[in-house]
Amino acid sequence: MNGNVLIKVEGLKKHYNSGEVKALDGIDCEIKKGEVVVVIGPSGSGKSTFLRSLNLLEIPSEGHIYFEGVDITDKKVNINVHRQKMGMVFQHFNLFPNMTVLGNMTAAPITLLGKSREEAEKNALELLARVGLADRANAYPSQLSGGQKQRVAIVRSLAMNPDVMLFDEPTSALDPEMVGEVLDVMKELAREGMTMVVVTHEMGFAKEVGSRVIFMDEGRILEQGTPEKIFTSPENPRLKDFLSKVLI
Amino acid sequence: MLLSVIESFKFVFFEDNRYQKLIEGFCNTLKITAGALLIGVIIGIIIAAVRTSYDKNKESMQLRGGIGYHILRAVDAVCRLYLTVIRGTPVVVQLMILYFVVFISIKNGVVVGILAFGINSGAYVAEIFRAGIMSIDHGQFEAGRSLGFNYFRTMQKIIIPQMFKATLPTLCNEFIALLKETSVAGYVGVIDLTKAGNIIAGRTFNYFIPLFTVAAIYLAIVMLLTFLVGKLERRLRKSER
Repeated sequence: MNGNVLIKVEGLKKHYNSGEVKALDGIDCEIKKGEVVVVIGPSGSGKSTFLRSLNLLEIPSEGHIYFEGVDITDKKVNINVHRQKMGMVFQHFNLFPNMTVLGNMTAAPITLLGKSREEAEKNALELLARVGLADRANAYPSQLSGGQKQRVAIVRSLAMNPDVMLFDEPTSALDPEMVGEVLDVMKELAREGMTMVVVTHEMGFAKEVGSRVIFMDEGRILEQGTPEKIFTSPENPRLKDFLSKVLI
Repeated sequence: MLLSVIESFKFVFFEDNRYQKLIEGFCNTLKITAGALLIGVIIGIIIAAVRTSYDKNKESMQLRGGIGYHILRAVDAVCRLYLTVIRGTPVVVQLMILYFVVFISIKNGVVVGILAFGINSGAYVAEIFRAGIMSIDHGQFEAGRSLGFNYFRTMQKIIIPQMFKATLPTLCNEFIALLKETSVAGYVGVIDLTKAGNIIAGRTFNYFIPLFTVAAIYLAIVMLLTFLVGKLERRLRKSER
């Protein structure tokens, strides 16, 4: 396998109700190191299912996913080890409400990477400073705004020093005035060379930082290419239709 | 009038050092309750974890294949049988079966009492905890798993602490019920608080004072317990300011 390829997806299918519902209907794609892949598509197109399959939060019905050369769909593989290298950010943040910001960020590095508390906290504070939240280290999630919560969720994943970051509609649950602060953090991350797979409705983000845009519908990839190509000269009629409906 | 009450109080409790019976009963009641509580909570966590993980993961485990699914299904079936039997029969009957049939060689009623009430309470605590785990947003599991925690660690570090907080008021209810249920320990010859009151009443032919005293002691324990749990609850709610 090409050393540059971080994730390789082969014939990925996800069926529900013994095949009646085909959430994913044969996906093949490669994600290279340093790429920012933006997945767009109408709701119900399977884009979230695709993203969640990449770290096996959804178990595929068929197909293979290779992460750093290892077939993680193989049942003998310990998925927990590979998930440590795949950060994930959710639409609804999913911060742990019973822990402070610092607690959220240090639980996994201390337990799973064997870091000392001092080391983990030092690293967490540096990350928080980068997203402008150093003063909220001891706050509880309930005391934060939506935008702040999502920024904490991002740095919580970064604290594990992942090789790829998966974003599942990270700004969809935010008030409009808070979308910008989260996108800024993501743009910064992209500029630093982080490999990212982003499911989003933010077409502006896709245009500005996406290195590739994937358009999905009915569980398939219908078109993909550079943002310029996708947004200025789309070919697939359904992509044209989709783009005419979303505000850009 | 008041003088005569004090006089009979002195007679009932202090002649022949009868108050010592009451203290013995009080200690046994506390021992049984505390021991049963500990056993109940441990059984409760294990069963709630097994049952929720079977409910949540059976589809994905079937897809992944392997023996794990069959083991979990069998353990889940055992847990459900336990819940059915324990919740379907009276605690006094369970206590007597344990004392007179199962642990016939153990002649220590307090130890058998701890086991019997613990096993009984475990069934109720399990359902309380199961409700608590199910009330926690599935996103919490997913966040834990996506960070790389395995199922067990996710439960231990993320889900169970939140479950405790969510179920504390109901759990307190169960503890109160447990404390009062131990009053049937006298059936297997344990001198608990109730039995002690009854013995003193029988010896002095005065039922009024010993029984009301016993009732007052139960009430005091329950009030103290409620107060302590309330304090703990406020401390855990710190994160919700």
